[in-house]
Amino acid sequence: MDVLSPYKEATDVILEAGGEPIKSCYQCGLCTGICPWNLVRSFLVRRIMHEAQLGATDFGSEDVWTCVTCRACVQRCPRGVEIIDVMRAMRRAVASLGIGVVPDALRISAKNIAGVGNPLGEAPEKRDDWAKDFKVKSFASGTEILYFPCCVPSYDPDVKTVARSTATIFNKLKIDYGLIGTEAKCCGESIRKAGYEDTFQSLAQNNISLFTNNGVRTVVVSSPHCYHTFKNEYPELGGKFEVIHITQYLASLIEKGKLKLSKEINKKVIYSDPCYLGRHNDVYDEPRKVLQSIPGLELIEFPDAREDGLCCGGGGGRIWMDTPKGERFSDIRVEQAVAKGADIIAVACPYCFLNYRDSVLSMGKAETMQVKDIAELVAEAI
Amino acid sequence: MEDVKIGVYICHCGLNIADTVDVEEVSKYAATLPAVAVSRNYKFMCSDPGQSMIKEDIKELGLNRVVVASCSPLMHEPTFRHAIQEAGVNPYLFEMANIREHCSWITEDHKEATEKAKALVSAAVRRVYYHQPLEIREVPVNPNTLIIGGGIAGIQAALEIADSEHKVYLVERDPSIGGHMIQFDKTFPTLDCSACILTPKMSSVGMHPYIELMTYSEVEEISGFVGSFKAKIRKKARYVDEDKCNGCGVCITKCPWKAASEFDMGLGERKAIYTPFAQAVPNIPVIDTEHCAYFLKGKCRACEKFCELGAIDFEQVDQIVEIEVGNIIVATGYDSLDPTPITQYGYGKFDNVYTGLEFERICNAVGPTSGKIVLRDGSEPKSVAILHCVGSRDENYHEYCSRVCCMYALKYSHLIKERTDAEVYQMYIDMRCFGKGYEEFYKRLSEEGVNFIRGKAAEVTDRAINEDEEGKLIVCGEDTLLCKIIRVPVDMVILATALEPRADAAEVGKLLTISRSADGFFLERHPKLDPVATMTDGVFIAGCCQGPKDIPDTVAQASAAAARVLALISKGKVELEAATAVIDEGKCSGCRICNLLCPYSAISYIEDEKVSRINEALCKGCGVCVAACPSGAITHKQFTTEEITAEIEGVLV
Repeated sequence: MDVLSPYKEATDVILEAGGEPIKSCYQCGLCTGICPWNLVRSFLVRRIMHEAQLGATDFGSEDVWTCVTCRACVQRCPRGVEIIDVMRAMRRAVASLGIGVVPDALRISAKNIAGVGNPLGEAPEKRDDWAKDFKVKSFASGTEILYFPCCVPSYDPDVKTVARSTATIFNKLKIDYGLIGTEAKCCGESIRKAGYEDTFQSLAQNNISLFTNNGVRTVVVSSPHCYHTFKNEYPELGGKFEVIHITQYLASLIEKGKLKLSKEINKKVIYSDPCYLGRHNDVYDEPRKVLQSIPGLELIEFPDAREDGLCCGGGGGRIWMDTPKGERFSDIRVEQAVAKGADIIAVACPYCFLNYRDSVLSMGKAETMQVKDIAELVAEAI
Repeated sequence: MEDVKIGVYICHCGLNIADTVDVEEVSKYAATLPAVAVSRNYKFMCSDPGQSMIKEDIKELGLNRVVVASCSPLMHEPTFRHAIQEAGVNPYLFEMANIREHCSWITEDHKEATEKAKALVSAAVRRVYYHQPLEIREVPVNPNTLIIGGGIAGIQAALEIADSEHKVYLVERDPSIGGHMIQFDKTFPTLDCSACILTPKMSSVGMHPYIELMTYSEVEEISGFVGSFKAKIRKKARYVDEDKCNGCGVCITKCPWKAASEFDMGLGERKAIYTPFAQAVPNIPVIDTEHCAYFLKGKCRACEKFCELGAIDFEQVDQIVEIEVGNIIVATGYDSLDPTPITQYGYGKFDNVYTGLEFERICNAVGPTSGKIVLRDGSEPKSVAILHCVGSRDENYHEYCSRVCCMYALKYSHLIKERTDAEVYQMYIDMRCFGKGYEEFYKRLSEEGVNFIRGKAAEVTDRAINEDEEGKLIVCGEDTLLCKIIRVPVDMVILATALEPRADAAEVGKLLTISRSADGFFLERHPKLDPVATMTDGVFIAGCCQGPKDIPDTVAQASAAAARVLALISKGKVELEAATAVIDEGKCSGCRICNLLCPYSAISYIEDEKVSRINEALCKGCGVCVAACPSGAITHKQFTTEEITAEIEGVLV
């Protein structure tokens, strides 16, 4: 007889790991209704909350690792339940207590981050190699801006163009900036969402000491994930810096008249709001302002844009996990972009870059659809 | 000072105080304080035996001052003052030490709490020593009443008071009384026709010899205090002479200019000269100057031409009427939430997404579709979805539950089933059917074949994913009972939108010096035991302005407020606060700083004597003038320098 009895010990495990928000859930189901996973398969966010409430969580289920932390649910939840914190708590219980099994790909990335400070498992000494031919100085006390590119643009052969474009722009404008050097480690945002709390704490301490000891005041980042953790999570650990996303920085330079874009890009460009700029941090306008300042560029919008934007599928650590074909959000977005007649999908996040690149390739659209970071487009238009 | 004998009483308040404060210790300590003749402690000082204890001691021991250490004076100061008065001691020779809200309820540390309680008692004992007997003045209560708002709450209260042959001024800002209730088609759970049950009451109001009805009017200023308020009311110009007009309606028929009808929620039209609906009380039209060709361009004047009684008066101006009343009842009602910002439901984007009130007008026989339930294009819907909790029970809009929507959703389901062949789907989180006959109504609707889907709707979209969805509005959400995502294609969506406070509730609150609770509705004196009174004596609230509620509860509150007013009228007098401020005219330099600071306008400047004087009847004893006077010329009868320093001493020693 399949009978359920409340099992408070399991609930307590989740509560202690940061799952207090489950108490406020009144099971309305709005979260399930709005979660993008239900476009491709069944993912009952609401049921996961209730299972946690009664201690019926299946820690061995793939559901523990499904959430992309896009915040669509939290945004609309009528009880203000911090659902992402609950997902993180479940994962923390698995990762630290070994109750379930961490998916392989994630486990490897986590090991890499803990071991060599970046998810790709590359050598720490090579972190700044992307800047070899670009005349980028080292940050020293008194340098105005620290440019923190994120592990993906630093190491990924394709995404390096994002860091290089940024350096190009900064050099042209003679911005006073520098790189912090090869002691830097991954910002830790995604690995924290994946439940590896201790790893995150150690990464954060490393970076906070490194930045503080070098007198860092202002950090400009390429990734909304770095943006999010530096801005919202590092301060309570002792790291208080002014954090600016590259699109915000470029927008302010344009507004002050310091950045003039004169070369035309006569293309239809569709902008994909990154979850960690948009829903997590309310940054919707600056990236659009930058794109609209490029002469000849026609900015078009996805059918679901801004607060309703569809996640690329890279958040919550899922950028390092395998998502089967047919379940990829970025595939849906590419279809939408094609339907809207776009030439270029403009991104402002390295994870979006990776996902859209992969989707465009796997869907055979590489001839007609390009994926470009806003920094790349600006570098082309300068 | 005559031989002062103080009685000190420490209350346990059951366990509320005694659980944290060592009441025995405090009581023993109090006995050692100067001039204390007796010190006792007891479980419930406010109870009969508690009060008798005080009265006995006064008689036996000749006490002439009393200190009770218990709860907040807001709770029981009147209780104890009354008790000692009955025993022959002036009620102002009394002081309360709050050792509950200020002591036992704010810490779990027993030692801390007991020490603080001792300090508070010591302060009260030293202070009460200096209290002087004060005379309680009575002022007469003006038997007239002002009721603001002419919906069902205002109408009910007005009739109750007027039927007792006391005058009521009923002020309504719309051209007719009736409020929201007259907009409804049927009312749950009885399915009574709303107009049929309301219009007789409206008629009574219109004809009542004791009700002076001022419609198309707003209260602009209120001054005074319980028993004698003065109000200034602006009677807006109708441009129609009320004494001449007989309500024949020819002017309306002949007017060529149209505007969107507010009464029909913008779904229908009215003329520039109009009554909001056919059964309007008073049945006297109003000219809307923003749509009237005469006021806009100096043309037309058709209404004037055709009016046989010459009742059109384009030269009319707003009139200010000043009235005097003893009590005020606020019955200003609610506004319906505008769901446009809730973009995922498509209100304003899709043609056939409606709010609750809009659907009421569609159902109503004299509404924009003559009671036919049709879509914007005039065709009948084959399926309708009703979405619950739009803007209610939602941190992003209003946290509270609007109380009536589950019931009106059932009502709409019934009307749709009765008049069309449409399928009805309700997207709900809970079914709140709490009232008399409500659960039975829910059962009835289940039997009528309404589909209930448990899940808060996530989205209303027009993006079809299959043939069946083409051309429809698709309501998406999770069916939480089936644990599946559900997509319901329908022709019409009705949003059960929240009831919210009126947009100008803040201004009205200021006008009447009443506060609002966190949700924006007017604040009652006590949520359980005093739902129709406010913290301002003489001002009562009734109906939805106090919080969302259905018609039975609104009527109950309106009758309750009326009863409170009638009680005051019947008593005929009101006791004024005796602990007021007084100006020593010898010290007054005539600087007039106090005049401007007084929130009750109680201080006036006497020109020929060059001093300021306080009107004792208006003074509430707030103390602002006392603090502000640069000459130290103003004293507060119960907050003299002596009393305050003694109190401070008591805490510190």
